[in-house]
Amino acid sequence: MAIFLTEKSRVLVQGITGTEGTRHTRRMVAAGTNIVAGVTPGKGGRNVDGIPVFDTCADAVRATGADVTVVFVPPRFAKAAVLEAVDAGLGLAVVLTEGIPVHDTAEFWAYARGTGNRTRIIGPNCPGLISPGQSNAGIIPADITKRGRIGLVSKSGTLTYQMMYELRDFGFSTCVGIGGDPIVGTTHIDCLQAFENDPETEAIVMIGEIGGDAEERAAAYIAEHVSKPVVGYVAGFTAPEGKTMGHAGAIVSGSSGTALAKQEALEAVGVRVGRTPSETAALMRETLLAR
Amino acid sequence: MDLLEHQAQELFAKHGVPVSRNRVASTPDEAHAAAAEIGGRVVVKAQVKTGGRGKAGGVKLADGPEAAREVAARILGMDIKGHTVHRVLVTEASDIADEYYVSFLLDRSNRSFLALVSGQGGVEIEQVAAENPEALARTWVDPAGGFDLDAARRLAAAAGLPDDVREDVARVLVRLWNVFRSEDATLVEINPLARLADGSVRALDGKVTLDDNARFRQPGHPQYADVSATDPLEVRAAEKNLNYVKLDGSVGVIGNGAGLVMSTLDVVAYAGERYGGVKPANFLDIGGGASAEVMANGLEIILGDPDVRSVFVNVFGGITACDAVADGIVAAVALLTDRGETITKPLVVRLDGNNAAQGRQILTEAALPGVRLVDTMDGAARLAAELAGKGA
Repeated sequence: MAIFLTEKSRVLVQGITGTEGTRHTRRMVAAGTNIVAGVTPGKGGRNVDGIPVFDTCADAVRATGADVTVVFVPPRFAKAAVLEAVDAGLGLAVVLTEGIPVHDTAEFWAYARGTGNRTRIIGPNCPGLISPGQSNAGIIPADITKRGRIGLVSKSGTLTYQMMYELRDFGFSTCVGIGGDPIVGTTHIDCLQAFENDPETEAIVMIGEIGGDAEERAAAYIAEHVSKPVVGYVAGFTAPEGKTMGHAGAIVSGSSGTALAKQEALEAVGVRVGRTPSETAALMRETLLAR
Repeated sequence: MDLLEHQAQELFAKHGVPVSRNRVASTPDEAHAAAAEIGGRVVVKAQVKTGGRGKAGGVKLADGPEAAREVAARILGMDIKGHTVHRVLVTEASDIADEYYVSFLLDRSNRSFLALVSGQGGVEIEQVAAENPEALARTWVDPAGGFDLDAARRLAAAAGLPDDVREDVARVLVRLWNVFRSEDATLVEINPLARLADGSVRALDGKVTLDDNARFRQPGHPQYADVSATDPLEVRAAEKNLNYVKLDGSVGVIGNGAGLVMSTLDVVAYAGERYGGVKPANFLDIGGGASAEVMANGLEIILGDPDVRSVFVNVFGGITACDAVADGIVAAVALLTDRGETITKPLVVRLDGNNAAQGRQILTEAALPGVRLVDTMDGAARLAAELAGKGA
């Protein structure tokens, strides 16, 4: 097993005919992803490397039985693309687009919730997710590591890759980059819950960063609901107040959102927190070898 | 992007939120002219993006143009919590009968919008929330729905506002919602929203944060960027579309991906503890692509920072393979040499991930002066901190 994405997933790509869409579609296919369709309005009937392109998600789902979409659509069209994916009944929408106005994200998230959350949204502004050896929905490099027993959830793309690399000899069940925007469709807690229920996952690495209170909430959730070992890392101890560090959500405002507060919250519920990515990997190594 | 009060007031007025007559002034003479135009008593207010202006002496009453000139002379140039006052807002003085608090904001935790109203305005709302939570009425606003007059009336009633002012406040709330929604704001706040002696309701202050991601559909917003308050290196970096934040240390940092760069800053600061408290000099994320040109632009900004004594280039090759990144570094150094820059500061480079071995080989063969390769992130941070600690 794995979470959210498995070898059975039938993936469609929204924006498949764009430069990035085509490039990453090829990478996903090379990683073994079962890409069954592409969608670009007005380009229905064409194909990309033999993958059929449709005008709408609904057409693509009807013709191919796709159940996952990867959204490579520019910011100004992203909201419409996600709403369309929800309407088409896709179970998972992975929104990679960076720079979506937060009002648009709030709106498509609320819309998905209004349909009873039949579509899980991951992102936006995220690298996607990979279940190594099974399927890859997004831009996470597939050759860093192999299938294994660690689950990884992170706000950051490159830190995800770094951690996959540090622990490449153990391998991962699923690595989820949830994105660094102020509003994301899937949270640390959603992933913790899924990893807890996934028989293939034995331990969980959780990577957080400054801003918001998602890590604090995750800590509270771990205390109540997670029996598997969790190792944590938080980036941004040296970030000054009031400055946004790359991710729109990575900002310390007043006393809230600091890395220290997050570390303390995690440690208070028994999560071991590394000071650096490699120290975090070492803690996970110890944890797994002790089992 | 946080707006200054006068910019917030401008957006309020655009959407029909009642504000006092006002003029912006950047010299004492302009303040004099503004006061003369407005007539009567005026308030002269420092325009800075921080709270506590009043306590710091940045808000003063003036009886007329002459007095306005005098107080403006005192306030302009004042330092309020590290913010220099470049402009003052001269506004009609009000006879205040009562003060309220109203706002709309992005509620990250609930992935929704929140509307807040309190009968206790004019004080820090965090304080009201902590000491007297029942005085703060709140309601979530469905981002896929909206906020109408009925919702506004219910909220004003829930906050326990006096009966005779509720309708006016509710109307302000609906207009403020329009500011929030149509301007792509993540915060709009009026504190205080005052009831004046004549019974009218008016926004006497304003705080607005706009979403930078919405610029493509908000052509009016770039004018609010406050260049005067930004570090000159940050301005140069922004011109080159670099994601750069100036910090106060001496190790220049370049990396790919916001999370990895944030992590790099931390790792440098930890390593620096051993070398007399050496710290990172900046945040610079060159993103996934990391072309030679972007690398050159980034290096140029960092090497142009007189505080920088060593540079740490920390790249994890994901989509971009490390050999491409190494080519980028070699080309960047050549580009900078062409631009007439001499690189005298040591460059510590760590490449890992996709094609790391090839990347390292390229750098080894190029044998660029001052470039040192280190295998691990922690090891590279130690060397960069050590070099900066020694004064390079």
